[in-house]
Amino acid sequence: MAVNFIYPEYEAARNYDRCIACRVCERQCANEAHEYLEDIGKMACDDTKCVNCHRCVALCPTRALKIVSSGNTYKENANWDSKTINELYKQAESGGVLLSSMGSPCGHPVYFDKILINASQVTNPSIDPLREPMETKVFLGAKPREIERGKNGELINNLPPMLCLSMPVMFSAMSYGSLSYNAHECLARAAQKLEICYNTGEGGLHENFYQYGANTIVQVASGRFGVHPQYLNSGAAIEIKMGQGAKPGIGGHLPGTKIIGDISRTRMIPEGSDAISPAPHHDIYSIEDLRQLVYSLKEATGYKKPIIVKIAAVHNVAAIASGIARSGADIIAIDGFRGGTGAAPTRTRDHVGIPIELALASVDQRLRDEGIRDDISIIAGGSIRSSADIIKAIALGADCVYIGTAALLALGCHLCRTCYSGKCNWGIATQEAKLVKRLNPEIGYTRLYNLLTAWRHEIKEMLGGMGINSIESLKGNRLMLRGVGLNEKELDVLGIKHAGDK
Amino acid sequence: MGQSNIGQSYGNGENRYKEGQIRIPAGCAISGIIDKSGRRMSGEAIIKSIAVMRERSNGLGGGFAAYGIYPEYKDYYALHIFYDSSHIKRECEEFLERHFDIINLSKIPTRKMKGITDEPLIWRYFVTPLPTKLAESQLDEREFTAKCMFRINTHIEGAYVFSGGKNMGVFKAVGYPEDVGRFYRLEDYEGWCFTAHGRYPTNTPGWWGGAHPFALLDYSVVHNGEISSYDANRRAIEMYGYKCTLQTDTEVITYIIDYLHRKKGLTFEEIASVIAAPFWKTIERMTPKKRQIHEYLRVTFSAQLITGPFSILVGFEGGLMALGDRLKLRSMVVGEKGDIVYIASEEAAMRIIEPNLDAVWAPKGGQPVIICLNQEK
Repeated sequence: MAVNFIYPEYEAARNYDRCIACRVCERQCANEAHEYLEDIGKMACDDTKCVNCHRCVALCPTRALKIVSSGNTYKENANWDSKTINELYKQAESGGVLLSSMGSPCGHPVYFDKILINASQVTNPSIDPLREPMETKVFLGAKPREIERGKNGELINNLPPMLCLSMPVMFSAMSYGSLSYNAHECLARAAQKLEICYNTGEGGLHENFYQYGANTIVQVASGRFGVHPQYLNSGAAIEIKMGQGAKPGIGGHLPGTKIIGDISRTRMIPEGSDAISPAPHHDIYSIEDLRQLVYSLKEATGYKKPIIVKIAAVHNVAAIASGIARSGADIIAIDGFRGGTGAAPTRTRDHVGIPIELALASVDQRLRDEGIRDDISIIAGGSIRSSADIIKAIALGADCVYIGTAALLALGCHLCRTCYSGKCNWGIATQEAKLVKRLNPEIGYTRLYNLLTAWRHEIKEMLGGMGINSIESLKGNRLMLRGVGLNEKELDVLGIKHAGDK
Repeated sequence: MGQSNIGQSYGNGENRYKEGQIRIPAGCAISGIIDKSGRRMSGEAIIKSIAVMRERSNGLGGGFAAYGIYPEYKDYYALHIFYDSSHIKRECEEFLERHFDIINLSKIPTRKMKGITDEPLIWRYFVTPLPTKLAESQLDEREFTAKCMFRINTHIEGAYVFSGGKNMGVFKAVGYPEDVGRFYRLEDYEGWCFTAHGRYPTNTPGWWGGAHPFALLDYSVVHNGEISSYDANRRAIEMYGYKCTLQTDTEVITYIIDYLHRKKGLTFEEIASVIAAPFWKTIERMTPKKRQIHEYLRVTFSAQLITGPFSILVGFEGGLMALGDRLKLRSMVVGEKGDIVYIASEEAAMRIIEPNLDAVWAPKGGQPVIICLNQEK
C-alpha cells in the first residue's frame, strides 16, 4: 500500500465555525469525498477522492468550504517535478496508459496572449457600435470561381451550399455520450437562438434533437456511429472528423458502461459494448480516399450541404490543408494543440501537435500562396477562450471559430479535468441520471446565449475601435495585430509585425 | 512582410521610408470633372478646382488623371514612366522593345516650378504589344500590358510605370497639386474627364511614385481616406496575381476595381455594391430579386468589401465613378451644369470653376455616382 500512496494535490478546507453539518456537500459529491461523522456530529473529507470540481464549494450554504492546494511537496527538483513523479508512480502501479481530460494544462506558449489588437486614432475614425451598424454575419463554404450571367446579363446565383452564421462562432464537436442529454439540449437550443451551429460529435443525433437540424453540424468520424441517411440530411453541414487537437493520430473510446439506453440506440451499437473509433478512417489511407468520402457524402445529401473536414493541427498542417482544399471539401476545421477532450492519453495530449495560432496562420498563408483560399473556409478551434481570441483568430485568417471548453464552462464546468470518470458533478460529462438532472437545460442554454451575446458585444466594440464595421474586413487583416515578446521566426510564421515596429 | 524596393528615394534623409517600405495613412482632397458629351476641355479648370482645397493637402503629393488627351494615339497604350537615371532608362527601354512596338517616345513636357524639386526623368511611350510576344504569352492584350507594367515596377529597380492606359494619362509629383499641374503644363492638354488629388500623408516619404492618382491600364483612382480593411483587401487581391508594392490604400483599391471590372466582368454598379456593400439589414429589406443579387455579391466578394473612411473617384474608359464609404465618413459633393458633372471633396472646389451650378447634392454613403459618356468619344 505505502509505495503507491500519492498525497492529494488539493484538499477541501472546511471552516468549522461556519459549517452547519447540513450534509449538502456529502449529497452533491459523486466522488463521495465528504462524509458525516455521526458520533461527533461533524463533516469530514477524504481529500484523496476530491477532484476539485467545486460543486460542494458552490453549493455550501454557509461558504464553509474552499479547495486549496494541499502544499505537500517532494524534495524540489527542477527536472523531476511532482507531476512527473506522480504519473510515474501511477504507471508503475497500473502498467497502463495515463488518461487525461480536457485541454493540456501544460505551460506551452499561448500565442493569443502575445498578440495585441490595433485601434484607430485621428486618421481614421473609430466606430461606435451603439450608433452605427456593426456586422458579424459570416458565410462558410467555397466561393464560385467564375460569375455566370443569364441571357439578359443578370447574375446567376451559382453559390455552392454554405453555412450562414450570425457571428463567427460555433460549438465544436462534443458527442452525446461524452456529454449528457441535457448538455446537448443546451447546446442545440442555444445554437438555434443564436443563429449559429452546434456539432453532434461522433455520437449520432438523438431523435429529440432533429428539430434543431438547421443549427446542427452532423459529424462522420472513424467509427461511423449513428450515421444513416436521415442523420446526414438532417443537419446544416456534415463534418468528417479526421483528427482532434487534443489527440492527433489517436482514435476514441467510449467505455461500454456509458453505452446505455438512448446512447446505444443513437449510436446504433448494442448496449454495453465499447464504442471504439479507430485512429484512422479505415477507408481513408490517403488524400484521394478523403475525396471519395467527401463526394459520397455529397451524393448522399444531393449536393445541398457543405462538407467540413476537421483535422488536428500537426507539423505539416499547411500541406494537408492544401490537399483538403482540393478534395472537394467546402470548409476545413483545424483543431489546435490545446483543444479539449473527454479523454485522451496524457502523453499524446501534452506532447503531440502544434498550437492553433501557428497552424492557422500557416494554413491561411499557404492556401493564399496557392490561390485556393476562396475554395475553402477555415474554422479554427483548440482553445478559444474569449472574444479577443476570436478577433485574433479571424485577423490571422480564420472565417470562424469553434468553442468547446468555453461553452462547457458556461454550463458550469469548473475544469477539474476528470471527465473520463463519468462522475461529472455538474451534470455535463456524465450519464448518471441523478447527476444529469443537475444541469437545467433552460438555465444552461440561457447561459450559453448570454456568453455569446456578451462576446458579440465585445467583438463589435473591438471592430469599431479598429474602424471596421463588418467582420469580413477583419478576416486575414494581419496588420491589425502586433506581437509582443515573440522572436523573428514566430512573427514570420504568424505573418505579423512586432509591437512598435513601423 | 512584403518588403520591396522600387528604386531609390528622391533626395530624402536616409531614415525616411517611402511607399512600399512602410504603410502610410493619408488624408486628402479630391476633385473631378467630366463632360458627358465628350467635348474636350483644357486642364486649367481642374488645377483651379484642386487649388481651392490647398488646406487639405500638405505639399507632399499631388496629381491628375486626364482622359481623352491622346486622340492621335488612342489605339496605343500610353506609358508614363519615372526613371532614377538614364542608365535605368536604357534598361527599361530594352525591356519595352522586347515586348512592345514603340510608336512614339518623348520626354513629358514640364516647366520648372519653385515648389517642385528632385524630379526624376519622366518619359512617355505610346506602345502596342508585339504580336509574337502576345501570342506566346497566351494572354489578352490588356492582361499582357498590365503584366509588363508589374514586371517593370517590381523588377527594374529605379523605373516606375505610373500610367499605362489608352488615350489617358496620369501626371503626378511631390508638391502641392496646383504646382504639380503647372509643372506638367496640364493646361496644354485637352480631355473629356479630369480627376485631381492633393495629398496629406502622415509621413514624409516624398517619392513621386507614391503620389496619386494610382492607375492600372485605363483605370485610375484618386482617394481620400484611410481604409481599415487594407490588409484583408491586400492579402485577398494578391492571391489573384496583383502585387501591392506601395502599401497604399489607393493602390489596393485600384487593383480591386481592375479585378472586379476587367477580370470578373462586374458592372460599376455591381462593383459599388461589392466595395461599399449595403448593410445586411438593408439587404433584408430589398425585393427578393434585388436581395438575391446583393447577397450574392457580398458573399462572393466579401474580401473586396472596403471599410473605413474613403471617398474615391474612379476614372475608366468612357466614364467616371464617384463612391463614398457606406458610413459616409468622408465628404463628397456632386454638382451639375449642362453636360458637365463636377465632383469634389468640397463644394467650393466646384463653385470656383462654375459658380452657377444647376444642381448640387451629396451622395449617400455607399451610393455610387456613375457618369458615362453619352456616346463613345
